[in-house]
Amino acid sequence: MDKKTKQEDPQEIEIIVNNIPYSLTIGIHPDQVGPSDTLAKTLRETLGLTGTKVGCDQGSCGACTVIMDGLPILSCLTLTIECDGRHITTIEGLQEPKTGKLDPLQQSFIDHTAFQCGFCTPGMIMASRALLDNNPSPKTHEVKEALSGHFCRCISHYHVLDAVLSASKKGG
Amino acid sequence: MPKEYRFIGKPTPRKDALDIVTGRARYIDDLVLPRMLHGKVLRSPFPHAKIKMIQTDRAEAMKGIRAVLTHYNVPTWQTGIPRHVKVLDSKVRYVGDAVALVAAETEEIAKEALDLIEVEYEELPAVYDVEEAIRPNAPQLYEEFPGNLLPLDVPTFGPKTLSQVVLGDVEAGFQEADIIEEGVYSYENIPNPLPIEPPGVIAQWDGPKRLTVWSATQSASWHRFIMQSKMGFPDIRAIGTHCGGSFGSKNYAAQPLFYAAALAQVTNRPVKVYYSKEEHFGTFSLRLGSRFRGKVGMKKDGTLTAVSGTWFVDTGAFSDMAQAQVAVGCGEAQLMLRCPNWDLKTKLVCTNRSASGVIRGFGGQELEAALMPVVKKALAKPDIDPVQFIKKNYVKPGDGYFWREGNWWVSEGMDYSKAIEAGAAAFQWKDKWKGWFKPTAINGPKRIGVGVAAHGNADVGEDESEAYVRLNPDATATIHVSVAESGMGQRSSLCKMAAEVLQIPLEQVQITPVDSLVNPFDFGLVGSRGTYAVGSAVIEAAENARQKLFELAAPMLQASPESLDTEDGMVFIKGQTDTGIPWRRIIGIAQTCTGFGRFEPDYSKPNFLILFTEVEVDMETGKIDLLKVVAATDAGQIIDPPSLNGQIYGSLGSAGIDTAIFEESILDKKTGQILNINMMDYKWRTFSELPEFQNVILESGIRTHRYGAVGVGEIATSPGPSAVFMAVSNAIGKTFTDYPLTPDKILAAVGKKHGE
Repeated sequence: MDKKTKQEDPQEIEIIVNNIPYSLTIGIHPDQVGPSDTLAKTLRETLGLTGTKVGCDQGSCGACTVIMDGLPILSCLTLTIECDGRHITTIEGLQEPKTGKLDPLQQSFIDHTAFQCGFCTPGMIMASRALLDNNPSPKTHEVKEALSGHFCRCISHYHVLDAVLSASKKGG
Repeated sequence: MPKEYRFIGKPTPRKDALDIVTGRARYIDDLVLPRMLHGKVLRSPFPHAKIKMIQTDRAEAMKGIRAVLTHYNVPTWQTGIPRHVKVLDSKVRYVGDAVALVAAETEEIAKEALDLIEVEYEELPAVYDVEEAIRPNAPQLYEEFPGNLLPLDVPTFGPKTLSQVVLGDVEAGFQEADIIEEGVYSYENIPNPLPIEPPGVIAQWDGPKRLTVWSATQSASWHRFIMQSKMGFPDIRAIGTHCGGSFGSKNYAAQPLFYAAALAQVTNRPVKVYYSKEEHFGTFSLRLGSRFRGKVGMKKDGTLTAVSGTWFVDTGAFSDMAQAQVAVGCGEAQLMLRCPNWDLKTKLVCTNRSASGVIRGFGGQELEAALMPVVKKALAKPDIDPVQFIKKNYVKPGDGYFWREGNWWVSEGMDYSKAIEAGAAAFQWKDKWKGWFKPTAINGPKRIGVGVAAHGNADVGEDESEAYVRLNPDATATIHVSVAESGMGQRSSLCKMAAEVLQIPLEQVQITPVDSLVNPFDFGLVGSRGTYAVGSAVIEAAENARQKLFELAAPMLQASPESLDTEDGMVFIKGQTDTGIPWRRIIGIAQTCTGFGRFEPDYSKPNFLILFTEVEVDMETGKIDLLKVVAATDAGQIIDPPSLNGQIYGSLGSAGIDTAIFEESILDKKTGQILNINMMDYKWRTFSELPEFQNVILESGIRTHRYGAVGVGEIATSPGPSAVFMAVSNAIGKTFTDYPLTPDKILAAVGKKHGE
């Protein structure tokens, strides 16, 4: 494709969110994804997946964490146009879609009341999910390391550690 | 031994747990209304200036812009105590003060329009120091407050609002003293409580007198009963969403509400104002600055004989409710220090930095942090164990104190000596305490030190609460109460209290959404009032509903209402469960059975929390690590164990314990800018740096309500700063005069220069 055609044809990207493919057109019109739109904005405002929270919009609090191709990423620091062909899992994608069965981590967070205000919780659960997917039986210090970029001002940390370790023992 | 209950005291899933872990809980920024516009604020780059000219034509002409407002055309609403904070003013008083408002179809357009507004300022000299601000010739922030001194009355507290502690005869008290210590101590970090979610409001007008406000706030109904009088008495409907943390700061959001409501009025569209993190850091609710200049007198055995001095309180550019914090701070100091002779005066001062707001600790933490170091200096001379001092001097049943409204109260609460002993044992205080300014251990360049402090508050029974409990024929109950969820789990705990009265499964108790249109009056989740004050109203409403149910059932069972009981939706004669008839037959489908409960203020039952801390100080780098924390209290009766534990762990967050060592807003006194308004430069404790943390919670029962429980969450942050301050002093054998104890101060204290 030469430069000229590129400018004339609206560019399309496809992102796969919670196993559903979405074709998005890049552009400046209200129905398009802007070139400067972050993945957090696209998830929340274009796709209506508001379970992903934005705490600082500066990449420093971890609230907006989602899983992209198996790894936790900060969706407020990721541009949507960079996500063509990527598989993204958000908090909405953890439940079994048909049965509604919760992910063991979600259940463990409920059982341990591993939240207070709950705003940081989706990000914490996604980071923990990515950790357990890559390291099913982490040690306490590994859980702390994996969550060290997650800000929780209420101090749910101790309950979160219990919840994640408990889910990992169950083979979550 | 605490009584065995079906729900009370047992861990139960939070009612909103499923919504939270699935991402379905709705916070303010998840809410989008049809035709909604986005509001943004142009902010001042100068700490003190007159606005000479504002040119908005270019911004107004921009596509997608629906309104631009300046001080020339905003409504004349005013908030603050006394009323002095306008929507927009012709003068700015801090870096970040609002200059103009825009409403646009998208957030991006609104932001862009801000750059097109031209403003000419006439810069004025600024003042940042609380004692400099009250000197003659200091720059004046408000014409109506000469000397930058604010009046200390709180209209709702009445004509005797507590603004000082004057009691006995301090001269005689100092005569009696064996030790007199004096000094000046500053707790002026002005940290940010920094809930993860920034403040946000959506406002919509339905006609000129009816305003609906959605907000992520801790006490959403303040937007009705406090803001009505400040906005010309429109009929305000206040609706709350899930609240992403508050710690007092988001009890309400007066400024965002003003901006959203002004823009919504002029555009006749709903407007959302949701602060960016920079705005949250730079313009929203810092902790009060606190400086104590004074002295204490003490006998050799630790008996206090006199406290005198001035508490300088810096509220920044305006007072939201600083006077109320001065009043409560003065009250709390008396709980912590039993002393017959007081002469504690206060001065509330405004300066040119972002304003202080309502924050967990509410004056008490600020005064304790500045006052306790001088008390502890006095204790050091006769080498009195601070734990023994706390045990001796914390208010006991029968002791009196002035509370916020100026009345003298006598404690009908608990003697917390057992909690103090249990905490000390869990911490192994006796082994670790080596005396004043002595380390517990020395490991090469690292020194271990321990410190302790206690705090209490009689606000557990503050203000009024009302609730309805409605029994439905399907054996469910609905609690109507205006209580938000900002993290304390209080909505769930209230459901437990009602379920216990009604003996129905917890799943069958629902609580109404936060909405002033459907709920009776409640003051809000301030202080630690949720358990006792709000709880009492809900319990009374549930008991009242149950009584009405029994009155309906009595003729059907041919028994007196007093002889009846209920369990799992059946009413039966006590002891005869086989006589039962279901609620649906008693109530029928065509009626409900509603009870009402009301709580009146009671300041006679102070709560208590003691915090033991252990730190390690690196003498070569000045770095301080918090190793261990033990918190001990007596909650009377635990309602929900994980929620209470979470509240106490919260001492590590929300501008609490870490304000002793690293948490601060760094104000550049040359430019008036706060330099660390982002989450990289503002330091916060991470998972990797968690100390070992143990809670010791006794349940001795206290004469509050049916369950004998008392709230304790709010004070968890308060003893932290002075406890850690003391631990560091003990570790390195040096005293300090101001918080936070950053590495440079440690190195200076031990005689090392930076980089050595």
